[in-house]
Amino acid sequence: MEFAELIKTPRADNVVLHRPFYLAVEGTLCLTGHHLIFSSRRQDNAEELWLLHSNIDSIEKRFVGSLGTIIIKCKDLRIIQLDIPGMEECLNIASSIEALSTLDSVTLMYPFFYRPMFEIVEDGWRSFLPDQEFELLSSVTDEWRLSCINKEFSVCPSYPPVVIVPKSIDDEALRKVAMFRHGSRFPVLSYYHKKNGMVMMRSSQPLTGTNGRRCKEDEKLINATLRPGKRGYIIDTRSLNVAQQARAKGGGFEQEVHYPQWRRIHKCIERFNILQESLIKLVEACNDQSHNMDRWLSKLEASNWLTHIKEILTAACLAAQCIDREGASVLVHGTEGTDSTLQVTSLAQIILDPRCRTIRGFESLVVREWLQAGHPFQQRCAQSAYSNGKQKWEAPVFLLFLDCVWQILRQFPCSFEFNEQFLIMLFEHAYASQFGTFLGNNENERSKLKLPQKTMSLWSWVNRSEELKKFQNPLFEANSLVIWPSVAPQSLQLWEGVFLRWNRPSRFLDEAHEEMINIIKYNKELQAKVNALRRQLAEMETDDRMQENL
Amino acid sequence: VENVRLLDRLSSRKAALGTLYLTATHVIFVENGSETRKETWVLHSQISSIEKQATTATGCPLLIRCKNFQVIQLVIPQERDCHDIYISLIRLARPVKYEELYCFSFNPKLDKEEREQGWKLVDLSEEYNRMGIPNNYWQISDVNRDYGVCDSYPTEVYVPKSATAHIIVGSSKFRSRRRFPALSYFCKDNNASICRSSQPLSGFSARCLEDEQMLQAIRKANPRGDFIYVVDTRPKLNAIANRAAGKGYENEDNYSNIKFQFIGIENIHVMRNSLQKMLEVCELKSPSMSDFLWGLENSGWLKHIKAIMDAGIFIAKAVAEEGVSVLVHCSDGWDRTAQVCSVASLLLDPYYRTMKGFMVLIEKDWVSFGHKFNHRYGNLDGDPKEISPVIDQFIECVWQLMEQFPCAFEFNERFLIHIQHHIYSCQFGNFLCNSQKERRELKIQERTYSLWAHLWKNRADYLNPLYRSDHSQTQGTLRPQMAPCNFLYKFWSGMYNRFEKGLHPRQSVTDYLMAVKEETQQLEEELEILQERLANLQKSQLDDDKDKSKQQDQSKQLGLSNSSNSLANTPQEYSSDLKSFPSRSPSQGDEEDSALILTQDNLKSSDPDLSANSDQESGVEDLSCRSPSGGGCLPSEDSGKDSDEAVFLAV
Repeated sequence: MEFAELIKTPRADNVVLHRPFYLAVEGTLCLTGHHLIFSSRRQDNAEELWLLHSNIDSIEKRFVGSLGTIIIKCKDLRIIQLDIPGMEECLNIASSIEALSTLDSVTLMYPFFYRPMFEIVEDGWRSFLPDQEFELLSSVTDEWRLSCINKEFSVCPSYPPVVIVPKSIDDEALRKVAMFRHGSRFPVLSYYHKKNGMVMMRSSQPLTGTNGRRCKEDEKLINATLRPGKRGYIIDTRSLNVAQQARAKGGGFEQEVHYPQWRRIHKCIERFNILQESLIKLVEACNDQSHNMDRWLSKLEASNWLTHIKEILTAACLAAQCIDREGASVLVHGTEGTDSTLQVTSLAQIILDPRCRTIRGFESLVVREWLQAGHPFQQRCAQSAYSNGKQKWEAPVFLLFLDCVWQILRQFPCSFEFNEQFLIMLFEHAYASQFGTFLGNNENERSKLKLPQKTMSLWSWVNRSEELKKFQNPLFEANSLVIWPSVAPQSLQLWEGVFLRWNRPSRFLDEAHEEMINIIKYNKELQAKVNALRRQLAEMETDDRMQENL
Repeated sequence: VENVRLLDRLSSRKAALGTLYLTATHVIFVENGSETRKETWVLHSQISSIEKQATTATGCPLLIRCKNFQVIQLVIPQERDCHDIYISLIRLARPVKYEELYCFSFNPKLDKEEREQGWKLVDLSEEYNRMGIPNNYWQISDVNRDYGVCDSYPTEVYVPKSATAHIIVGSSKFRSRRRFPALSYFCKDNNASICRSSQPLSGFSARCLEDEQMLQAIRKANPRGDFIYVVDTRPKLNAIANRAAGKGYENEDNYSNIKFQFIGIENIHVMRNSLQKMLEVCELKSPSMSDFLWGLENSGWLKHIKAIMDAGIFIAKAVAEEGVSVLVHCSDGWDRTAQVCSVASLLLDPYYRTMKGFMVLIEKDWVSFGHKFNHRYGNLDGDPKEISPVIDQFIECVWQLMEQFPCAFEFNERFLIHIQHHIYSCQFGNFLCNSQKERRELKIQERTYSLWAHLWKNRADYLNPLYRSDHSQTQGTLRPQMAPCNFLYKFWSGMYNRFEKGLHPRQSVTDYLMAVKEETQQLEEELEILQERLANLQKSQLDDDKDKSKQQDQSKQLGLSNSSNSLANTPQEYSSDLKSFPSRSPSQGDEEDSALILTQDNLKSSDPDLSANSDQESGVEDLSCRSPSGGGCLPSEDSGKDSDEAVFLAV
């Protein structure tokens, strides 16, 4: 298919762009296969707006006489308005945008066409390989092994080709366990807590069904992670009710008779359309310009967004507490083990592991616990807060995770190497990107699409020093401790950087940030100068003394 | 009283055992713990309410709520002791004479001269001079010397030059409590001014020529002023109701060239109830997100804050952008008027955003113009209906502005919190009484100390590290976002949950940056010394090279200076110095102090559910299944390795 077929009017002049907090600008609008480009023709301050079609969540059109107006709502929550003279042009442009922003074939997406303009220092596709992760692990323990059982994605389609499992469990047993777990997602290692050797594993629900099926190998597998005489915790991210109901559909949970060394804890983390509706309501409230103070708070409350944040963080803290304070190993799962499970395991690691609070470590966490772990990004992030269609698979699971990270970052502003912008950048790229990183729903699909060969990795771009600079937290000082965030309502806040990003003037806050950077930069410069001088003096003085001694 | 237990509000099991002391000024709780002996001191004047609860098996619980939002829960073993303490505290918390207040016994060990200097730190006539007054349009009037015209006004009032004593006195007779229009702020740049008064006694039709002349005089004091705004900060309905009592508001038909405007800020009773409701929300034990947001909204607190801000913004805009003078009043002109005038001044004039300027502002708009500190903050036992968090709201407005303009204020959040604390503490004399007249009669300045001097002495603690006097945000008028941005107003947990440290960010950006700046300053000094020394050394080496062959003595001298230098400063010393910066390290001071998620409360509350919710088939117990009420949310604050975990394991 040629994109040109979809673009009936590739260019329109005298278009006026409206954005909140900016003056309206007149300029030229161009449509390309993947971008909407608006350039103002003012010579003094030529301005260009590039918008990926895949970033467009919904589009509305209105007409007053022959002046058409289209309102574009983006997945990054931005809303822009374009006034286009001429009804035909406007209609053409609107329908082109609509078609181009809803292409159904992945291979037509921009990452397959994008040619990077920067020098590739490091191929991001090879930056975070499971082997490296395993190497790190083997330096502290030899109780685990790398299994290639899923090499052709033959055992579990949503797992990566290699996974880390207890050494004592062979591939034959793993195959049996896979049969006993939803979507074949057998328990694998998620995190090893060096401090006390406790581990966190994740899986999907066991297929116990109504008649209480059991699987000896499954029991053996998870028991293999326990120290003699120790107990472990299973954190089920569903309420007990939901878990019980799952049995009717062949799912279920670990029953105590078969897992006597494990204590099960149910935490209720919502999924799917409940989350999606929550996001829609929240963004609606944030964009509502009319309401008074009271309605704002009640709308914020009614969206339940912060309630979800609190639930997820609480579950993650619980998992972290079991590992660090109880000295117990933990298994986390919900139903499929691809959503709330990953929220819990990844957040627990941020709490426990200082490495995950560095830029590189966080990237590695996203790769391990989200991309390789098979969070279906393509399904979940197909639409954002302005979607009209009630697709069953969409849910802001990853955004909630990022929001939780932001909440912890806000409470520990000096413990993270990255800043808020880094999290916002990941949010944007998860929904629309020139990079292939977040395409596909799992490693299996990614390898079929040949993404590493045909697209550029987000990490290749981010991990260059020019880009990294933007994402570094000037206040960072490595903190090797476990950080326990507060989950009290007073401590949780709306993430303004995402949800109010386009509706509030940010100048004063940006200035404050800049000031902060300057204060620290100046301090560092002075330190360097003083050190250099001191060295110089010391050298001169020793020279002197040596001369004296001569 | 011994063997008293101090309960932790967030987890009722975690209690500290200790001894409770009552002194003339404080309640003191000393923990028994051998190493730390943690002490909790509470001033009697901070106590807002004491509640004796039903005796339980463990003892007799006593709940003390403080005006600085601290809540203390004690359990006293003997009912009799508890009753005695209760009775004593009730008496001690409500003194009847000023002389009983702490400031009359508080002695910071300053001599007389230092005390007097302290009181001179804030000088209002200097402040009016700074504004450019007296000038061609405004003058100081002695009409109120000896408080002859208005006993709640200061002796020195600033009025338009054309307002004769006759006009002032006439106008004062037509105003509630004789609070005639007087100058609060004058804008040098465009001659626009903010004046304040109480409501006119207009009833349904009364007029007063002198009052009308007074407003004209204010208008004419601004040469470009075609009209003035008269801002009534009350809701219209309240103002209309006042007419029936012979009071009311200005009729636009009677006053020429005024534009009249209502701005609905609610009265002190509504505000008192609103705060009460919000504090109930803050006190909730492990509230859910919905409980909290719903309660916050229901309290209406942030709506009231926004109303005050909107009024201030309106006035600042009129003055700065339109160049129009404004007369502000409410009923008596000492609560809402003070709030609104000071918010507007703060927005208009960067000086008030400095530490010193902020002290001046409170002294000008609140202290001197007769804000009834004693009644509003219940320093002496009085009518509880007079109590209202009026200045608390102003202080919060400042905090909300600080959140929006992080670089605009010279001081930080701590400064505001400490001022709030001392408005209630009665440790310093500044906020005693209801008017300047009463304070003079009590000879406050001779018998007590000034808070401003105390804060000024410790100003390093109150600096905002992001403030730079040449930063754009510190110049000119602040223009906050108006209308739709309600989300800009946020709950201030640093104030209202001030004593629940576990709820606050664990690392303070402000403290961190302050430490960095302190270090920077030291580095600057060291750099200078090093450069100097380097220059000297280079010079002397140069000399040395030249002279070496000739004069052997020189090297001896050099050697001497060298050794003294290296003694004075070595790199090792410096780096250890660096490490010793106490606040520099952002890591949690003590991991044990950090929050944990599980508490026994929660586990206990889910105990009954175990049987109900457990899996009938397998008999699996469910450790943390949620309570039927849908609660199950876990309190966040709990410390490390205490019995929590033990219980958690034992369940």
